[in-house]
Amino acid sequence: MLRMLMAMTAAMSFMAAPAAMAQDGPLRIEITDGVIEPLPYALPTFVAETGDASQMAQDIASVVRSDLNGTGLFREIPASAHIQRFSSFGTSVNYSDWTAINAQALIVGAVSVSGGQAVVKFRLYDVFSGQEMGEGQQLVANPQSWRRLAHKVADTIYSRITGEGGYFDSRVAFVNETGPKDARQKRIAIMDYDGANVNYLTDSSTIVLAPRFSPDGNRVLYTTFETGFPRIKMLNVSNVTSQLLPETPGTMTFAPRFSPDGQSILYSMEQGGNTDLYKMGINGGNPQRLTNSPAIETGPSFSPDGSKIVFESDRSGTQQLYIMGANGGEPTRISFGEGRYSTPVWSPRGDMIAFTKQHAGRFHIGVMRTDGSEERLLTASFLDEGPTWSPNGRVIMFTRETPGAQGGASLWSVDISGRNLKQVNTPGAASDVSWSPLLP
Amino acid sequence: MNIAVKAALLLSVLGLAACNNPDRFGGSDAGLAVNDPGGVFGGGTGLGAGGVDQTGINNPDSPAYFQQTIGDKVHFLVDQSTLSPEARQILGQQAQWLVSHPTYTAIIEGHADEQGTREYNLALGARRANAAEEFLISQGVASNRLRTVSYGKERPIAVCSSSECYNQNRRAVTVIAQGAGA
Repeated sequence: MLRMLMAMTAAMSFMAAPAAMAQDGPLRIEITDGVIEPLPYALPTFVAETGDASQMAQDIASVVRSDLNGTGLFREIPASAHIQRFSSFGTSVNYSDWTAINAQALIVGAVSVSGGQAVVKFRLYDVFSGQEMGEGQQLVANPQSWRRLAHKVADTIYSRITGEGGYFDSRVAFVNETGPKDARQKRIAIMDYDGANVNYLTDSSTIVLAPRFSPDGNRVLYTTFETGFPRIKMLNVSNVTSQLLPETPGTMTFAPRFSPDGQSILYSMEQGGNTDLYKMGINGGNPQRLTNSPAIETGPSFSPDGSKIVFESDRSGTQQLYIMGANGGEPTRISFGEGRYSTPVWSPRGDMIAFTKQHAGRFHIGVMRTDGSEERLLTASFLDEGPTWSPNGRVIMFTRETPGAQGGASLWSVDISGRNLKQVNTPGAASDVSWSPLLP
Repeated sequence: MNIAVKAALLLSVLGLAACNNPDRFGGSDAGLAVNDPGGVFGGGTGLGAGGVDQTGINNPDSPAYFQQTIGDKVHFLVDQSTLSPEARQILGQQAQWLVSHPTYTAIIEGHADEQGTREYNLALGARRANAAEEFLISQGVASNRLRTVSYGKERPIAVCSSSECYNQNRRAVTVIAQGAGA
């Protein structure tokens, strides 16, 4: 009786929510500016099917919840409000128990560990239509990779409900920072997108900047001062070996980025005080010059089909964004608003460009269409810079720095709608983030 | 002087510099050492700010004199790499000193304040270093004794976030090192 009353109370309070999520058709979140009310879902702790799997079952359920809640698109209904309990994966769903607490989606899962393998099974239910949504899935991995199992489950659920690709089973490369502003020590690091599993790939013996993932996530390009001068290094993530890219003596090279096929590298080369854009194969070979102007050209980024390059140049007097063909040629300016535009990055969906904007003493992260239209600023602060796209093109991470002698850098993420701005978990100060593709 | 002797001398100089000044930017031991097998640029840790023998300020032949009496820094306006009259005067004196002390080389470091994006500031620092280098060359310093590097906004000398600090950080610094030009 008591449980029933609690459920009723919970149901009433949930029913008071705006009608935006009232359901006529199949369960679906359309990710648009109009989504304000997160979708309520229930995720009972996964069933442990072997004796030693109970901790992992709890942990996996917890990471799935954290992934979904972190999007701002989902709202978890706490376990204390649940009526039905699942003692086995095969327990049939009593839909009225879930409609009573206004759960629109229900996720049921089970975990077993045997023979050195962890197995997770899950089903997603559309509560109001009383049907399973998609088919149940089973994923197998090494027990050490249980977080990836959780992210894969969450990616599948996110995908089924939003119709978009997921982004949870991904990593970010970034620069770990320690020490005071005038003697900052930097290390290239890599971690899961949610801050777990941090690995340091370089020591802090020299300044390192701006790591950039390869399209397959296996390599990272970054800029290092290890020779005393900025040069580009390519690092193999799995065995942590690295090599300097060939250089022209007496130059500085920086701002590297892979082509979508992973076979070539765009970068800036400075010679005699002038910085232009170049392209070279990942195995070296003759660099191809792409721009030839006395202005600073840097921050190049390929379109996902590899046919175009967006970059920044101060050829007009201030930093602005330009697009040119993959082999250079006459660029077209796309940024025309007030202020300075820099660090353009093409969305993996191809439809937008994220950038840093400076205007009236403030920094912003923004997005615009590839023709420069529909510019939208997503953030504002003392110093925001360096956007990177989630694998599905819905979320942007960037660096935020605070002013003054005690100022420090941290990583933040924001939806391309401008909502859900939040700090990313990192061990200590961090900057220069690059988001990997979705892992295989 | 044969090459072996010269190399040995150079090594001893480098050893000394390394003792005085493991890393002029306060990093760890590996520091910002320049990979310079020919020894032309004196190993890059050089005799810069932290490594200068402070007792040499009054000795016009010492790098300390260069650094502190002549002045090793020139400053720039926001987003600019144009040399001010004051900067030209300082660089003119730097050039005279370098011309009359041919056993030294110099690395000119370009720096930017924090009000800019990382990679643009690297390029901007390079522009500033190059402006200073070209002026020194125009005043008679052999180009093979000079090299430039940019630190962008990575190594401010003043850490507040006000225009006073930003003015100090937008700079080109001529760092003297031992070693004849190539």
